Amino acid sequence: MSDDRSNQTFEPRIVAFFCNWCTYTAADLAGTARMQYAPNVRVLRIMCSGRLDPQFVLAAFREGADGVLIGGCHPGDCHYQEGNYKALRRTILLKRLLGDLGIEEGRFRLEWIAASEGDKVQRTINEITETVRQLGPLRLEPKAESRFGTAVLEEAETASLVEEERL
Amino acid sequence: MSANRISPNGPPKVGVYICHCGINIAGKVNIAETVEFAGKLPFVTVAREYKFMCSDPGQDLIQQDIRDGKVNRVVVASCSPLMHEGTFRRAMSKADGNPFLFQMANIREHVSWVTSAKEPATVKAKALIAAAVRRVTLHQPLERKSVPVKPDVLIVGGGISGIQAALTLADSGKKVFLVEREPTIGGHMAKFDKTFPTLDCAACILTPKMSSVRAHPNITLWTYSEVIGVEGYVGNFKVKVKRKPRYVIEELCVGCLECIEACIYKKGRVDDEFNVGLSKRKPIYIPFPQATPLVAIIDKESCLEFKHNRCKKFCVDSCERKAIDLNQKEEIKEIDVGAIILATGFKTFDAKRISRYGYRKYPNVYSSLEIERMVNASGPTGGEVKLKDGNAPKAVGIVHCVGSRDNKTNRYCSRVCCMYSLKLAHLIKERTGAEVYNFYIDMRTPGKGYEEFYERLLEENVHFIRGRVAEVTDWAMTPQEEGRLIIRAEDTLVGTVRRIPVDMVVLSVGLEAQPDADDVRRLFNISCSAEGWFLERHPKLAPVSTFTEGVFLAGACQGPKDIPDCVAQAGAAAAEAMALIDRGHVELEPNTAFIVEELCSGCKTCIAMCPYSAISFVTEKKTAAINGALCKGCGTCVAACPSGALQQNLFTDEQIFDEIKGVLTYV
Repeated sequence: MSDDRSNQTFEPRIVAFFCNWCTYTAADLAGTARMQYAPNVRVLRIMCSGRLDPQFVLAAFREGADGVLIGGCHPGDCHYQEGNYKALRRTILLKRLLGDLGIEEGRFRLEWIAASEGDKVQRTINEITETVRQLGPLRLEPKAESRFGTAVLEEAETASLVEEERL
Repeated sequence: MSANRISPNGPPKVGVYICHCGINIAGKVNIAETVEFAGKLPFVTVAREYKFMCSDPGQDLIQQDIRDGKVNRVVVASCSPLMHEGTFRRAMSKADGNPFLFQMANIREHVSWVTSAKEPATVKAKALIAAAVRRVTLHQPLERKSVPVKPDVLIVGGGISGIQAALTLADSGKKVFLVEREPTIGGHMAKFDKTFPTLDCAACILTPKMSSVRAHPNITLWTYSEVIGVEGYVGNFKVKVKRKPRYVIEELCVGCLECIEACIYKKGRVDDEFNVGLSKRKPIYIPFPQATPLVAIIDKESCLEFKHNRCKKFCVDSCERKAIDLNQKEEIKEIDVGAIILATGFKTFDAKRISRYGYRKYPNVYSSLEIERMVNASGPTGGEVKLKDGNAPKAVGIVHCVGSRDNKTNRYCSRVCCMYSLKLAHLIKERTGAEVYNFYIDMRTPGKGYEEFYERLLEENVHFIRGRVAEVTDWAMTPQEEGRLIIRAEDTLVGTVRRIPVDMVVLSVGLEAQPDADDVRRLFNISCSAEGWFLERHPKLAPVSTFTEGVFLAGACQGPKDIPDCVAQAGAAAAEAMALIDRGHVELEPNTAFIVEELCSGCKTCIAMCPYSAISFVTEKKTAAINGALCKGCGTCVAACPSGALQQNLFTDEQIFDEIKGVLTYV
């Protein structure tokens, strides 16, 4: 790797989207229990993982995230009945798209974490941080980067449209 | 600048307020550096720090800046929004600011408490603050919608907790629906003979409450019933209750027992659930003499008529009041309630899971619940403690912590076992004069009069051996051990392994969550801890609330508890429900979805997405429309909308995109 930031000192920046009811609460619990974990994941709160627009993930990578983590309630536990299933369906498609863009699989992760699983927040964050650290900084081809704003996003939209139609 | 950044109160002027939280945050995050950083972010006009932002002087800082016109949007960087979002929103309202032009950055639970080193903690705090600042500039002023609260309360579970909550609410004039899945209320407490540490008779203190429930004009008691559906939200729950057929008309039956006498089976044939299998009952039965309601029930599984359709049906003929109806069907009741209290209780640990203690292998090894029934005057032995051969035991061993404080089963302490073991030791000694040996890990007797009760037992010459029991065996090594049960344990106070021969072993089983706790919590949309106990909103300050507004917890469904604690918690849950109902209305979060009609292409993608059927298609306009009263604000439709016509208040695409920019751009 010829990046000026060598893997030894490379501190990845990872954006997480946690649902309000399960995973965000679990992260609060990890805090209350003083569970120490890697400082690399920055958590944004959404009400439900079902609110996750695949574009948020693309935007995070575009803005410089080296990894993206999604946290939702376990299957069957969604506060809004089934938002997590919808998130799951969207991410399956999104993963393929990320692969096409040359974004390695390990940079994106969806995890079900219940409100009581503070330890799982700790474990998941440590794991994704280590995986992304190993992968090194995300380097999008300049061409691909410029495509993000237009063609790729349109592609994502079409893809999500197709997916919704199928449901 | 996005057009949305200009709101009715002018261009954004963001105030950033960074909380030290004593040293909780300031011990890890470099506050001075963070304040300086925040002050340089776009649209920030004021950046301040304070020791405790949630304190009155802290809130005054914000209010003063709003009143002075220095800020019109606020970011507080402190604890979790789940903790203090309400506090700061109220503070803004008081200063005539719109409470939704506000965002919190969680730099305590998500930063200072979980990060070991100062520098990365400071960087992360800055990133979260920048995200909040970017996003809050796009917030719009919003109004909360106020909806009326239904005045009735549903209580699920008719043990002592449910009974106490029901009576408290009913006495205050609230209409209560008490739903119990067993044929009678009373729960575990009805099975006990005496209660620790006062040794008052469980039935004497419980049955008056049970009959009050039955007689109370404000309580609708539905036994042998289960909640099968819950819809709606705080203040407005629609609940479906299934009333299972008991084949006896409740209104007609007077509990005279004639039908049971008349049953073609002359003796009991089925394990009696109330006596935990220590006696047999008939297919038609009343669980126990004080059952409430005192109404017979036919067990379809064992009744000859239901099995073979060829019974002479003596029971039907014997009933003068014609109360037996073999064609009774299940009934579904629908009720509207404003609040729900869950008091679904616990189950005892199955001692079979620890095979080395010989439960179900040696006939004289009993679970503590079986002994509770045995010492009960209305129990299977009429209160006599006796061995399977009918003799009284000369020595009894009580094994503590069976299924508690054990890495292989449950790690937690079940809280009640030490005390009920002492009670059983006392009762066994009183009834039989046997030598009683208690094998304990630690004696845990915190509570009013509890330690004194322990001392009393010591004076009564009950033996206490400190050590976890290794095994219960019938393998005799000396003639004295022949034909007896031998308890092998390390006596950690003496430092030697002991073998104590006894005639009867009592396994003090721990408390576990109900086997269907997971289904119940899904039904009511609440969370469970890893062990299956229902999760309270806050372990200290909101112990009877849940994360679902309007759903409260009482008793052991939240965690192991003794009777005084259950009763206290039931009172607390009743008070919470009362506060909600007497307020008369609830204010709903305005984070619902809305539609930008000119962008809607009428593709109908969103309609199938909504779990609440809140979206409909307006044929004339060829656009979707949202019913704000039904929308709960999950945002699933917003994520699905291909044209960006659907948006969610407080979570618009624009706000989230800016939040992403904010969290990554500056540090």
